[in-house]
Amino acid sequence: MNPLSEFIRGITKDNPTFGLVLGLCPTLAVTTSVENGIGMAMGTLFVLVGSNVMVSAIRNHIPGAVRLPIEIIVIATFVTIVDMVMEAFTPALYESLGVFIPLIVVNCIVIGRAEAYALKNGVFYSTIDAFGEGTGFLLVLMLIGGIREFLGTGIIDPFGITVINASAVMNPAMFMILSPGAFLTISVLMTFVNYRKQQKAAKGG
Amino acid sequence: MVEKALFTIMLEGVFVKNFLLIQFLGLCSFVGVTKDVKSATGMSGAVVFVLAMSATVSFALFNFVLVPLKLEFLRTIAFIVVIAALVQLVEFIVRKHVPALYRSLGIYLPLITTNCAVLGAVLLNVMNDYNFIQSVTFGVAAGLGYTVAMLMMAGIRERSNIVNVPKAVGRGVTYAFFVATIMSMSFVNFFGVIPLE
Repeated sequence: MNPLSEFIRGITKDNPTFGLVLGLCPTLAVTTSVENGIGMAMGTLFVLVGSNVMVSAIRNHIPGAVRLPIEIIVIATFVTIVDMVMEAFTPALYESLGVFIPLIVVNCIVIGRAEAYALKNGVFYSTIDAFGEGTGFLLVLMLIGGIREFLGTGIIDPFGITVINASAVMNPAMFMILSPGAFLTISVLMTFVNYRKQQKAAKGG
Repeated sequence: MVEKALFTIMLEGVFVKNFLLIQFLGLCSFVGVTKDVKSATGMSGAVVFVLAMSATVSFALFNFVLVPLKLEFLRTIAFIVVIAALVQLVEFIVRKHVPALYRSLGIYLPLITTNCAVLGAVLLNVMNDYNFIQSVTFGVAAGLGYTVAMLMMAGIRERSNIVNVPKAVGRGVTYAFFVATIMSMSFVNFFGVIPLE
């Protein structure tokens, strides 16, 4: 177990969306644009790191029977911090993410990592794991957000920086911004990931 | 602001802003417990019950405890604790009286605590400034919308069990999302029923 491989694992093999299939609600709901995706992922990353550090630090003092309530309280505390900070400093982003900021508290990735990793490992590795998972989540949200924003509006301009502007040459499909577009994007991406996995398995076996 | 009619809230909760297909709340159970109609029914029943109860209790908690004490910022923590306690209660009842259902729901019953649908409905109630009757109506409507989508999904998956699908799609989450795409497309058409403000 070395720090770098633990970090990479969160992005590839144990990727929150395609590997562990956790935290699907925000993955689909806030990815109408890259900007929303980044905002959401940053909030989740902060909560993940906070809760993983906290839980792994107190793991030897938590009685097994009440570990879930304790984990939830720890997570809810960090979510409240994110909620208040975002409301104060990025009100526009806060407005568009809406109910999904407080809902980080029931994001399965956060509690899943606390339960599966932070309870069994030290503070250092739990921090690395949280950063890995958070980065994996960030990349997925940016990818899905990018696909949907591009196909749905023809323009990708997170935080006022125009990355691509193809609205002159294409007719944007509103469909991709609406909810079916989210389902379609993630099912196509998942099919692709499954296909690659099966190909790899066939080669190895 | 014009007070929203109860019927509007009901219609919104069940169809126009369907929790699973339009708002993406509670997707874990949507893809996890819809392999057959029976467990989908049980899960939906549990969610409707927890939703109605938590809408009631959280309204009282927020308006009679948190607001007078100026502790509104603690709402996330307070609500999650209320929901966790309610879920525990439902778990006791189901385990004692319907053991067969308890076995088939398995891991998903405690997971209602972390089901975004429940916390989402409670938070939306607060964000929309609903009064007591409206809050409870919204909670029940959200539960019914959840049930509608769950049953449709479970029915489709059960009946299409012997359909040939590409190996990369398989029978699991990916397949469920493809089905959800088509269901969601039909639900988007409800947008015209109530003009969005």
